[in-house]
Amino acid sequence: MLFRKGAEAHLFLEDLFGRKVLVKVRVTKNYRVTELDLLLRRQRTVREARLLHAAKRAGVPAPTVYLVDVDNATIIMDYVEGGTLKELIKSGRLPGEELRKRLYEVGKSIGRLHRMGVIHGDLTTSNMILSRGKIFFIDFGLGDFSRSVEDRGVDLHLMKRALESTHYDVFEEAFGIILQGYRSSFSGADAVIEKMWEIERRGRYSER
Amino acid sequence: MFARALGLKHPGGPKVEELAGEGKLFIQLPYVVKGMDLSYSGLYTAAIGKIGHCRIEDLCYSVQEVCFSMLAEVTERALAHTGKREVLLTGGVARNKRLQEMIEYISKEHDAEFHVVPPSLAGDNGAMIAWTGILEYASGRIIRVEESRVKPRWRLDEVTVPWMEES
Repeated sequence: MLFRKGAEAHLFLEDLFGRKVLVKVRVTKNYRVTELDLLLRRQRTVREARLLHAAKRAGVPAPTVYLVDVDNATIIMDYVEGGTLKELIKSGRLPGEELRKRLYEVGKSIGRLHRMGVIHGDLTTSNMILSRGKIFFIDFGLGDFSRSVEDRGVDLHLMKRALESTHYDVFEEAFGIILQGYRSSFSGADAVIEKMWEIERRGRYSER
Repeated sequence: MFARALGLKHPGGPKVEELAGEGKLFIQLPYVVKGMDLSYSGLYTAAIGKIGHCRIEDLCYSVQEVCFSMLAEVTERALAHTGKREVLLTGGVARNKRLQEMIEYISKEHDAEFHVVPPSLAGDNGAMIAWTGILEYASGRIIRVEESRVKPRWRLDEVTVPWMEES
């Protein structure tokens, strides 16, 4: 069953021996030559599977990878059922104390990813799902392996921008708590946070 | 820049397109897209390094394919993200038939209308600036010549366009 159509992949919800799984297929793009198309789809499939695995090793809840079919640019992974953090914040369903705990958890997870050299690449509240009592990180499709302060800074900056635009009413407190969590799990946090402010000041992202 | 490195006379773009048409073998070159940003620096360095080590036609073909595929991918992502209904291809390289073909393909897939500037105006920066000036003037945005100045780092997304309707 087709579940969602993204810019580069189609997602299907299927049954694998009684288990709900998500099948992510990176589709052929007919505008580019076959050689490049195959190369990109294979490369990105392998990278995403590796990133998902690395996230779990870092102690960050993420979908379990069941199968990687490189030739067909397909990943079969655990379907993480639950509401997104975005919905949770917007609905106001979660009591303040509980929400603060969750945001701290998010920050802690980002710190763990960065400590492992994993850059998520698209940290938004839509890519975080509360399931089985934990916040799962999904969609590592734009991610990369890197230990550079710059890449980590950009990653954090994206999280900040996502919060600012989607949850402007609680942004300041929410981001503050995320940073606390981030510092708690990653010793290089302060340098990255400093870099994040610098990235913002660089002017690309602000009025001059 | 790549055309210059090949020793082609200005404008080198059309010549690169012509050579690319004779290319057959695809040579792997760095493809860098991050979100809606792309980077050509690695590609340029790698392409320069291959000059003299392969058929020039194949190199032009590969450079063109990689460059334009990156552009097509970010265009597609932007269309999916914003849901816009129109795509306008401008600038000197807009003349390139292969790029037009790719962007048109993407536009169709996302039900967007595809437009490209006439070839005679594609590379004409003077015309672009003058036309923007006319639109600004017609919208009542006027500055005295003595007070005007050059703003070299003005980014496209920072320009106010009062003559455009909300879409």
